[in-house]
Amino acid sequence: MDIFLGCLKAFIVGGIFCVISQVLIDKTKFTPARILVGYVVMGVILTAIGIYEPIVKFAGAGATVPLTGFGYTLAKGVEKAVDEIGILGVLSGGITATATGITAAIVFGFIAALVFPSHPKK
Amino acid sequence: MNKSNDEYKKYVERHAVPSPIVSNCVKAFLVGGTICCMGQVLFLLYKNVLEMSEINARALVSATLIFGAILLTGFDVFDDIAKFGGAGTLVPITGFANAVVAPALDTKAEGWILGVGAKLFTISGPVILYGTLASAVYGTVYYIVMLIMR
Repeated sequence: MDIFLGCLKAFIVGGIFCVISQVLIDKTKFTPARILVGYVVMGVILTAIGIYEPIVKFAGAGATVPLTGFGYTLAKGVEKAVDEIGILGVLSGGITATATGITAAIVFGFIAALVFPSHPKK
Repeated sequence: MNKSNDEYKKYVERHAVPSPIVSNCVKAFLVGGTICCMGQVLFLLYKNVLEMSEINARALVSATLIFGAILLTGFDVFDDIAKFGGAGTLVPITGFANAVVAPALDTKAEGWILGVGAKLFTISGPVILYGTLASAVYGTVYYIVMLIMR
């Protein structure tokens, strides 16, 4: 039952994040690249002002899987690092916390480029 | 037929094909929701079965979804899902992963340094730049606030 409820919350909240972006793409001149950058920065800002943490508590992966969650991890990482090592944490906290995702994307991305052929444009 | 710009704009709007925004949003909701739901299942699996901490479980969920999206991009399936799901595949971390590997795959012919090596960061570069910048700005503000409050 816990799993079902957790999934439902993740589904709805994650879906809403996607709908907001779909409206921005259809109604404005926002390109996908701008959406991605905007979502990450928005995630940092919303975490900084304390709005995003409650959403994560409520929706779990519904809030951490969208790219705003990347911003959330950056902001949480910098908080933790500043708490632990002071001013130096400003420079180390963000990338340290997001290292798994960034390295996964780079390593898997490179291996894919090695293994798979270029695709003809559809 | 003389029409002012304003009239003409109204004329065009009346005769334009209605934008499929509602159906796009429904699709984005369903696909995006499904991906997040899969993330939640993986998260519970890693946390409860593999007994990982929440932070580590969350990181491994990201890595798993990135791996899946890159595999689907490699097999040339991701674009088909993205065509249907729109923002539903873009906004989850899967969209980021696709944006890393797709331009790299397409530029293999340009070589491994300035082709794959550079194009891997066509979209992830700006994302990492502005995300890290925002976190450093927040970290500075946070440091100052903590100094004052102590």
